[in-house]
Amino acid sequence: MNKEFVKFDKVDKSYDGKVLVVKDLQLDIEEGEFVTMLGPSGSGKTTCLMMLAGFETPTHGEIYLDGKAISSIPPHKRGIGMVFQNYALFPHMTVYENLAFPLRVRKIPKDEADKKIDKALSMVSLQGFAQRMPGQLSGGQQQRVAVARSLVFDPQLVLMDEPLGALDKNLRESMQYEIKHIHESIGVTVVYVTHDQSEALTMSNRIAVFNDGKVQQLSSPDELYEKPVNSFVAEFIGENNTFAGEVSDISGGKCKVKLANAEIMANPISVKGKGEKTTVSLRPERALINPSDQMDNIHKGKIEEVIYHGDHTRVRINLLGNSDFILKVPNSSSNLDIKLGNEIKIGWNSQDARALDPK
Amino acid sequence: MSSETKQILTTDGIPLEVSLKKAERRNKIKAFLLVAPLLLFIIITYVLPIGDMLMRSVDDKMVTQMLPKTFKAMEKWDGKELPEEEVFAAFHSDFIKLVEEKREGKLSTQLNYTKNGFKSIIKKLRRKSKSFEDGNYKEQIMAVHKRWANVEYWQAIKRRAPAYTGQKYLKGMDMFKNESGEIVSVPEDRRIHRVLWLRTLEIAFFVTVFCFLMAYPIAHLLATLPMKYSNLLMICVLLPFWTSLLVRTASWMILLQQQGLVNDFFVGIGLVADDNRPEMMFNKTGSYVAMTQILLPFMVLPLYSVMKTISPSLMRAGKSLGGTPFVAFWKVYFPLTIPGIGAGCLLVFILAIGYYITPALVGGASGTLISNQIAFHMKSTLDWSFASAMGLMLLTGVLAIYWVYNKLVGIDNIKLG
Repeated sequence: MNKEFVKFDKVDKSYDGKVLVVKDLQLDIEEGEFVTMLGPSGSGKTTCLMMLAGFETPTHGEIYLDGKAISSIPPHKRGIGMVFQNYALFPHMTVYENLAFPLRVRKIPKDEADKKIDKALSMVSLQGFAQRMPGQLSGGQQQRVAVARSLVFDPQLVLMDEPLGALDKNLRESMQYEIKHIHESIGVTVVYVTHDQSEALTMSNRIAVFNDGKVQQLSSPDELYEKPVNSFVAEFIGENNTFAGEVSDISGGKCKVKLANAEIMANPISVKGKGEKTTVSLRPERALINPSDQMDNIHKGKIEEVIYHGDHTRVRINLLGNSDFILKVPNSSSNLDIKLGNEIKIGWNSQDARALDPK
Repeated sequence: MSSETKQILTTDGIPLEVSLKKAERRNKIKAFLLVAPLLLFIIITYVLPIGDMLMRSVDDKMVTQMLPKTFKAMEKWDGKELPEEEVFAAFHSDFIKLVEEKREGKLSTQLNYTKNGFKSIIKKLRRKSKSFEDGNYKEQIMAVHKRWANVEYWQAIKRRAPAYTGQKYLKGMDMFKNESGEIVSVPEDRRIHRVLWLRTLEIAFFVTVFCFLMAYPIAHLLATLPMKYSNLLMICVLLPFWTSLLVRTASWMILLQQQGLVNDFFVGIGLVADDNRPEMMFNKTGSYVAMTQILLPFMVLPLYSVMKTISPSLMRAGKSLGGTPFVAFWKVYFPLTIPGIGAGCLLVFILAIGYYITPALVGGASGTLISNQIAFHMKSTLDWSFASAMGLMLLTGVLAIYWVYNKLVGIDNIKLG
């Protein structure tokens, strides 16, 4: 397997000569991988995708596809499949004609093309829809046709630009699994752009978190969630409780962080020495109510809000001056004494409280 | 089944349909009253004049009413030999009455439309008829002028007997009904209308083609440029709309005349010799240039409104799927603009086919269209019924084009904005 199937080498991109939308991007994508570019809008992720597809040119640097520099190759010669945000199905062609388009321009004989189209349609379970017009299909069906069309000519690389953005929540979730399964079954390399973090976590092998034109972290979904390397990633992925403070002591893989009126133990990730400002990040599910005594952080807080969520209950607690401390309590029969206004004990391991860069 | 078709009743026992109609009646009346002024306006200013025009173009009552006894007497006449005394007597009595009312001049004009040569012999008959004796009118009238003894002139009078006639339509196509009632073409050297019809179609067709070729790139630019540039360009496109048609045509006259700016420029760059300046005005070229410029916005706007709705990602999709820019344009973009092309072409063609002021001013003799001929008959010959007939022929032609277009492209596919 080619480790550097797609390679962004020191790529800069600017539209107006004043602001860099993408800064010094260095990114390698392995063959057969599902990589998601995740980030808020304006973070440069779509620009990266468009440069890869050939609709934008890098201002500086080079992009390599399977070892070849592609900046000077026009889009139609790159052989990259693409799924667009609004599907971009040709409205005047039937589903069949839409899928036949990339095959016809490649002069593939009709019987072979028909086989490929059948295969692609059955892959997205749309057999029997070949003669429909795109306008007669639902949003989800159109989306599947777009996926089938991007795969029908057997590209080595498929780009997807927020393809599920226009679908409702349930459909979006089932499509996530469907795309993931298609990827697994045919082994194509996929670069996927989204701003929806749960979508990224569900589907990807690796996720590149973009902010401000830079990749903040590139790692697998679990690592991204469990071990964010900076406070932007910690904040952007999943829910997060934060404490802003100053490192007062650091030794043996642990550090003490002084808050306004208390001190907590944390795991020093991006702090090096005493006196540094830091933001301590803690996932809500890592904090426990009525903890055992082994935990090295145990504090008392007052319950300010209780929201019932079905499978769990969200509890907002005023803890150590942070009135937005969130706890997720699974709804089990062992009823804890969660009532509005009650004082409860909260505890967590210092290993889970990551001291990151200050915000 | 019977239970399904059973009438549904409301809680008061009134059938649901009746109740629904009652509930909606007020809204229907309101809606009708809102459109009523416009409806009335359209009927008065559009439907009635066209109806009147239709009547006028076939109306031939004037002669019928001037010679009532003559035509009654002519009913028995077979039209081959000269008519009997009875017809001459009836004609004499009709004619005396017309002379008393001083309307014999109108009769001579009308009959002259049918056959040349009536004017002088009617004048002569009026003079001589004062001294006519009672009885034997056939001899006396025939003695006035030898044409009165020619059966063709009496046949010409008989042809004017029906109150309605299609002869103006025949004339519009350079045809007429001859003495024996057959429809034949006029001699070749006197055919003027067919040439005009063909030229009108030709000019309208080419103006449409030129407009399309020029408007397509402009509209594409308008639809794809960023807002601040496209607004400026849009104003440039619309500017001609805010200028008087006459001013625009007059400025073309300044540009195109032999001592005009375009010719000066050609001479300046040595393209043509100073003593051999090409004529670009008062001929077809003038009509082409000026009409294309004036009708261009009517092509740009429908094209623009359609192109505006085509997502740029479609072209990108076409390219990313392996189509060259040309294939992506031809297979994806172009088919999607067809509704706009249809609307624009139909609009420009129909406007061009009835265009009047511009060809009248810059068209000269070889660049005038059928509408100029219609205006000529309205203003100069005062043959309104002929003008109406040609107007209706033009209208029918336009409707026919519309019908063909509907069959080919489908009117639902038209998009004006």
